[in-house]
Amino acid sequence: MICLVSGSLLLFGNGCELRKRMYDQPKYEPLEQSDFFGDARSARALVEGTVPRGHLNEDMHLYEGKINGAFADTVPFPITKEVLKRGQNRYNIYCAVCHDRAGYGNGMIVQRGFKRPSSYHIDRLRKEKPGYLYDVINRGFGSMPSYSHQLNPEDRWAVVAYIRALQLSQSATLEDVPKQEREKLLTEKQ
Amino acid sequence: MAQVFRPSANTIAKASIFFLMVLTIAGLCGLDLIHRSPYVRYTHRPKEQPVPFSHKHHVNMGIDCRYCHTTVEESASANIPSTRICMNCHSTIWKDSPMLEPVRESWQTGKSLEWNRVHDLPDFVYFNHSIHINKGIGCVTCHGPVDEMPLVHREKPLFMKWCLECHKAPEKFIRPQEEVFNMDYKEPKNQLELGRKLVKEYHVQNENNRLTDCWICHR
Repeated sequence: MICLVSGSLLLFGNGCELRKRMYDQPKYEPLEQSDFFGDARSARALVEGTVPRGHLNEDMHLYEGKINGAFADTVPFPITKEVLKRGQNRYNIYCAVCHDRAGYGNGMIVQRGFKRPSSYHIDRLRKEKPGYLYDVINRGFGSMPSYSHQLNPEDRWAVVAYIRALQLSQSATLEDVPKQEREKLLTEKQ
Repeated sequence: MAQVFRPSANTIAKASIFFLMVLTIAGLCGLDLIHRSPYVRYTHRPKEQPVPFSHKHHVNMGIDCRYCHTTVEESASANIPSTRICMNCHSTIWKDSPMLEPVRESWQTGKSLEWNRVHDLPDFVYFNHSIHINKGIGCVTCHGPVDEMPLVHREKPLFMKWCLECHKAPEKFIRPQEEVFNMDYKEPKNQLELGRKLVKEYHVQNENNRLTDCWICHR
């Protein structure tokens, strides 16, 4: 009897231990704490100056928004409807919190005390080149931090394209509306 | 020599066998109940965190999940935001709050904030956020109404049985892709009909690739 009880207890205990080891295997989950490294990070930073394969970002237009050292006045890829949609989606997540959805700079974070950014609809920003807008997203401007860690280069350009669309939308006249849509708009207004 | 056991001992012996059985079964059921209890599953109990971060407050201000959980659409892990993302706003807002002292300290020293995981699956389970997000499973479906949680807790027990509820019948839970991050989405009356259509449209499964295959989650 004693043998049976101690035997089953041993099995049970062993089972628990095995189960625990399966639950928590000797591998790191993303961002898991490490006992091995001094700074407790399992996700290791790259050694300074490392260029990961395929990440030699030589294209200054795409990655820095510059052509021959000056801000580019074009977006490095064609702007399609998909690009604009992507830009709208990213803008509403990452930018609208301060710049608000129409770009006047009265987002919720501004209402809670963050420094108010310029409206996109002022003359200076209407005339700025796309490369300049890209640079602000890429490296930040004044109180605005860089968003390079939240938006990849393609998304940054998509946001630039969408900001241009926002700027157009806020200064549009009836003449900008396609003819077949114009009547619909006028009847809706009444 | 006198008899050691009286005739009544027979009855006692029989009864004790019966009671022992009942006791064993009750004990096993009890263990199972404990195993399933909210206490052991750690549901509905907020975990202690270095900063009492309120999801409720931040979500209700209109900040999208993806503002902080940046990799949820393209990676297995949703990403625990870096101190840098906190400091996007908190370099200015609440910059003297004692509650945010650990965040500022982390920003100044470069030492990571040590957040405690709320949803930790066993290591023998393969889980990928991006596939769920991209195939129309809402955040709320698994994480519960995070927009109502001042301190976030685990809403679901994370049993395999619970995963399978959806893997067996995804049409019951799937929603249109543009509603995945919507916290207030209510499933329509024709959910099953819409669900079946979406399952087909998003190529959720086919004959060679069923969601209930073992390897889908254990690989």
